Amino acid sequence: MLRVTVTDREQISAAGTFFTLVLALAAGLLVIGGIFLCCGVDPLFAFKKIVSGSFGSLYGFKETITKAIPLILIGGGLAVAFKAKFWNIGAESQLLMGAIFGTWVGLNWGPALPGPVIVPLMFLAGFIGGALWGLISAVLKLRFAINEVISTLMLNYICAEFLTLLIVGPWKSPKKFGFPYTDDLPASAMLSLLPGSRIHTFTLILALVAMVVLTVMLFKSRFGYEVRVIGENPDAAKYAGIDFTRTTLLIMIISGGMAGMAGVGEVAGLHHYLSYPDTISSGYGFTAIIVAWLAKLNPCYVVFSAIFFAGILVGGDAIQISLGLPAATVDIFNGTLLIFLIMGDFFTKNRVRLLSKEKV
Amino acid sequence: MEEVIISVAQRTLVAGTPLLIGTIGEIICERSGILNLGVEGVMAVGAVTAFIVTHHTGNPWLGFCAAILAGMLISIVHAFASVSLQSNQVVSGLALTMLGLGLSGLLGKPYVGKPLEVKINALAIPLLADIPIVGPIFFNQSPFFYMAVVLAIGVWFVLEHTLLGIRIRSAGENPKATETQGVNVSLVRYLSVLVGGGFSAMAGAHLSTSYSKSWIEGMTAGRGWIVIALTIFALWNPTRAILGAFLFGGIFVLQYLLQPLGISPNFLAMLPYITTLVVLLVGGLRDSRRLNAPAMLGEPYRRGER
Repeated sequence: MLRVTVTDREQISAAGTFFTLVLALAAGLLVIGGIFLCCGVDPLFAFKKIVSGSFGSLYGFKETITKAIPLILIGGGLAVAFKAKFWNIGAESQLLMGAIFGTWVGLNWGPALPGPVIVPLMFLAGFIGGALWGLISAVLKLRFAINEVISTLMLNYICAEFLTLLIVGPWKSPKKFGFPYTDDLPASAMLSLLPGSRIHTFTLILALVAMVVLTVMLFKSRFGYEVRVIGENPDAAKYAGIDFTRTTLLIMIISGGMAGMAGVGEVAGLHHYLSYPDTISSGYGFTAIIVAWLAKLNPCYVVFSAIFFAGILVGGDAIQISLGLPAATVDIFNGTLLIFLIMGDFFTKNRVRLLSKEKV
Repeated sequence: MEEVIISVAQRTLVAGTPLLIGTIGEIICERSGILNLGVEGVMAVGAVTAFIVTHHTGNPWLGFCAAILAGMLISIVHAFASVSLQSNQVVSGLALTMLGLGLSGLLGKPYVGKPLEVKINALAIPLLADIPIVGPIFFNQSPFFYMAVVLAIGVWFVLEHTLLGIRIRSAGENPKATETQGVNVSLVRYLSVLVGGGFSAMAGAHLSTSYSKSWIEGMTAGRGWIVIALTIFALWNPTRAILGAFLFGGIFVLQYLLQPLGISPNFLAMLPYITTLVVLLVGGLRDSRRLNAPAMLGEPYRRGER
C-alpha cells in the first residue's frame, strides 16, 4: 500500500527550480496539444507553425522581439507589485493611459521640439499617466479597503471606453477618412526602427535598462527589502516599522508607470496614432502577468520569459491565420501554462514522496 | 408610461439574473475560504457549452445541464490548485479565467453568428402573471429568474441554518478548528468550488440560451468580475445579493435608456464598472473593518499544520 507524503523542502536548489519549470512547461504544452486534438486541430502541425512562426525564421524572431518589448516593461513592473502581493491586474489599462498621455504630449508639443527632447518627454508623460491610473487602485485599497483585483479590473474596462470615447470624439482626426483615429504623431515623436524590422530600439533599450534598475532596487535597496517583507509577512512589516502606505503607493507608481511607458512605445514605435484599445494592446497587460510569474518575480528573468511568451503571441497569430483559429487560442496557452507553472511551484517548495504504508 | 416602467423593470430583472446566479455561486465558494477569480472564464464555458448542446439537440434544458457539468468540471482545476496544492488563489483563479475564455473561444468558433432555433422562453406563472404591473414584471419572466431568486433564498437558508452550512462557513473562518471537529475541510472546499463553478456556468447558460440566444466570443463582457464585486457588496449574504444583482441589472438597462438623450455610448458603457467601484467605496466608508469577510478567505489550509 502506497501513500503520498508531502514535506517542506529544506533547501530549494536553483537547478531543481529550473528543472521543475521546464517540466511544468512541457506538461502544459502536452495538455494544450490534447486540447487542440479534441478540437480537431493537429497539435504537431500547430506547434510546428508556432515555432516556425516565432523563432524559426528571422522575420518571426524580429516580430517576437517587437512583442517582447511591452511584455518586458509591464512584466518587470508587475514583478515588483506581485512581490508585495499587490495583485495589479490592470496593466492593460495602465498601458492605455500611458499611451493616451504620451500621445497627447507627442501631438501637442512634438511639432515644436526635436526628437531627443520630445521622445523622453513622451515616455515621462506615459509613465505619469500609467502611474496615476495605477495609483487609483492603491488609494482605493489603502483608504477604503477595496480589493485591488476588482478595482484594477474595473479600471481596465473604464479606460478602454475612455480611450474609445477620445478617438471617436474630441481627438478624432479629420484626415483619417472618418476612421476613429487621432492624427499621426509628428516625425520627431516617432521612434526609429531597427532596419528591416519593427523593433523600436529606444523602447527595447529602455526596457532592458529598466530591468537592471528594478532588479537592483528589488534585491539591493531598502525599498526592495520593504516590498519583499510586505509580501512575505505583512505583520512582520508592521513591527519592522515599514510604512505600508508609502511602499504600496510607490509600488503602484512603478508598476503602473512601467506599463504606461510600454503604451508610449507601442504608439510612438508602431502605430503612430491612437486607435481602438484592442489595436494598441493585444492583451499585453494580461500576458505580462504570466511573464512575471514564469520569471519567478525577478525582473532579470522577465526578459527571457517575455521573449518566450512573445513567441507564443507571434506563433499564435501564425496559427490563427494558417489554421483559422480564434484569437482566444492564445488564452488557452496562457491559462494552461500558468496553471502548470503554479503546480510546478508546489513541487519546488515541497517534497512529494510515495511511501509504503508500513514505513510511516 | 406604464408600459415603459414595466419594460424597464422587466429588462432590469433579466439583466440582473446572471449576476445573481453567479454571485450566489461565488458566495458559497468564498464562504468556504476559497477566492475564485475564475468566474468570468467558467461563465464563458457555461455559455458556449449550453449553446453548442442546445444547437445540436434542440433541447435548451439539456444544454443547461451540460453547462453546469462543464462548469463544475473545469472548476476542478482551481479546486486542485488552491486546495490540494495550496497555491496562490489569485493566480490560479486568473489562470482559470484565461483558460475558460480561451476554450470557449476555440470551441465556439464554428458557432459564431448562428442563431439558436429554440431558447428558454419566458414562463408566465398562472394567476400571478395577471396582476396588473407586478404580474408582467415579476411573474412573466425567464425560468432562470425564478430559479435565481429561489436559489438565493435556498442557499441563504443552507448556509445559515443547516449543518452543511455551518461546515462550509467554518471551513472559511477557522479550518483548523473545523478539522478537529472531524470535518474534512479539503472536501468541503472542493465541493464549494465545484458548486460555485456550476452556478457560474448556469449564469453563462442564461446568457447564451435565454438572454441573447446566440454565441459570440467574449459575450460575458466582464460580468464574472462584477460578480466578484457583488459578492463583497452582498457581504457574503445571498439574500443581499438579490438586491445587488438587480441594482446592477438596472444599470445595464440604464445604458439603453440614456443613449437617445445624446450621452456618449462609451461613457454609458463605463457605468456598470464605475458603479462597481462606487458601491465598494460606499461599503468601505461604512465599515472599514474589512466588511466581515470570511476570516481565512484566500488562505491555503494545510492539514496537520500548527
